[in-house]
Amino acid sequence: MTAVVLEGVSKVFNAGRAGEVTALTGVDLTVASGEFVSLIGPSGCGKSTLLRLVGDLIQPSAGTVTVAGKPARTARADQEYGIAFQQAGLFDWRTVQRNVELPLELRGASRKERAERAREMLELVGLAEFAGHYPAQLSGGMQQRVAIARALAVHPPLLLMDEPFGALDEMTRERLQDELLRICASTGTSTIFVTHSIPEAVYLSDRVVVMSARPGRITDVVPIDLGERGETTRQSPGFFTGITKVRKALRGDAMPLVSA
Amino acid sequence: MNRRGRLVLGVLGAAVVGVLLWEGYKAVGDPDGTVLFGTRVLPRTDDAAMPHVWTILSRFGEPELAGGHPIWLVVLQACLFTLRSVAIGFVAGGLVGLLLAVLMQRLRVVERGLLPYVILSQTVPLIALAPVIAGWGGRLSIGTYPWQPWMSVTVIAMYLAFFPVAVGMLRGLQSPAPIAEELMRSYAAGWWQTLVKLRLPASTPYLFPALRLAAAAAVVGAVVGEISMGTRGGVGRLVIEYSREATTDPAKVFTAMIGAAALGLAVAGVVGLSEFLVGRRRVRA
Ligand SMILES: Nc1ncnc2c1ncn2[C@@H]1O[C@H](COP(=O)(O)OP(=O)(O)OP(=O)(O)O)[C@@H](O)[C@H]1O
Ligand SMILES: [Mg+2]
Repeated sequence: MTAVVLEGVSKVFNAGRAGEVTALTGVDLTVASGEFVSLIGPSGCGKSTLLRLVGDLIQPSAGTVTVAGKPARTARADQEYGIAFQQAGLFDWRTVQRNVELPLELRGASRKERAERAREMLELVGLAEFAGHYPAQLSGGMQQRVAIARALAVHPPLLLMDEPFGALDEMTRERLQDELLRICASTGTSTIFVTHSIPEAVYLSDRVVVMSARPGRITDVVPIDLGERGETTRQSPGFFTGITKVRKALRGDAMPLVSA
Repeated sequence: MNRRGRLVLGVLGAAVVGVLLWEGYKAVGDPDGTVLFGTRVLPRTDDAAMPHVWTILSRFGEPELAGGHPIWLVVLQACLFTLRSVAIGFVAGGLVGLLLAVLMQRLRVVERGLLPYVILSQTVPLIALAPVIAGWGGRLSIGTYPWQPWMSVTVIAMYLAFFPVAVGMLRGLQSPAPIAEELMRSYAAGWWQTLVKLRLPASTPYLFPALRLAAAAAVVGAVVGEISMGTRGGVGRLVIEYSREATTDPAKVFTAMIGAAALGLAVAGVVGLSEFLVGRRRVRA
């Protein structure tokens, strides 16, 4: 069973009009069930666009997107995925807790269940004592963590995350990386994760998808095999090998590495 | 507490400034008014045109006609009569405005087709409209209940009140960021859920300014409607009646005007209070 299949997907914005942009072209990508895939590439190479296509928030100009064995549209209707955008996108009239409860509310969860799940998720992202605050009272990184809690709250079979840890300090970031891996492993969640950090991509992923811009496309896929992540993983030689491979792929094969 | 104190001070201060301006101008102005190039630019200040503030206030205590009710009671009753038209017109107008805003937000076609008419509706002069509405009303009845003149006044109040709500709420409903709409889409939320969970709450900052305008418009509509249709019972009617006695009893017409102004203030106060009550439940940083 595969979580996501993209076949020959292209996306052209404003086709045939002024300001036509080819955001993605000829994208083929398969994400296996339970697999963790990172997208990395220069700004504007279409990473967010790719996530939006998988989430059926925009439609491809060509090609097909299949999620959980269904067309993306059906998968969205069946709420097969949870998404955390590049910006937190919290509702500023709702408290932190009620923001996290929103997707549960829309699924018709009971009040008690919602409160419990929201608590649990806020604890996870370290914001339990801010449950009653409003988004405007939080820092950018805290808002981002609320958005992550909101995406995780429904335990979706597929997680789409767009630079979720971008605004976080290094310590929190590493802790949340481990939490995310733990959740994904224990619930069998498949994940597509956009990041600008090579070490983050390598640490988290089973495969790192390297993209390049103009036009946006996949240039390389780097498999990572670090086994079980733990205390020592970030110092292991395998980790650094992975980083080197991804960096090389990002630079393009034509450009030789000057030094390791 | 502090806030309430400041509010009371503000209201008192405004009243004092008003009285000082009135009496000050009356003291220094030309009794025959100031005429520039054949146009009177400042009003006459004699007691017939501008009675003293205390004359007007004491007039409230005297009977309307010899042996009748004191004038404050008459004005109060007239204001309450008008308040019915204002309140029903405001609520109905608000609902119509909200409905139109939701329709226009939902369907681009409707927005394009309807918005020009919504704007056009407000450019029709009220004075021209009032007799038309009164005329239509005369041929209507609600079941067996015949159409009452105050209902025509209510319709005019509504006609003015719906506009700010329709325009303000349309902006409010369209205010959520694209990312918020995408989020609701990702939850497979339908149109109704998106309206209730996202668009309506997001539009509250637009709602209350719109409601304040609508309240003011409803009062103006009702009073002007009463004046132009001569509806019996309302404060607008008192303004006409008393102004006919301006030469013999100049203070009288001002009591009716103060009554109409107080009505406007009371309605604005109610809207302000509800905004305060709603706002108190929400912290804004
Ligand atoms: N709604 C849109 N309309 C027009 N062009 C768009 C739209 N969304 C994205 N684009 C264009 O598509 C390209 C890819 O954008 P995208 O947001 O996917 O990049 P990204 O890889 O996520 O970049 P970043 O790392 O900066 O977030 C960009 O050139 C952008 O200008
Ligand atoms: Mg992006």
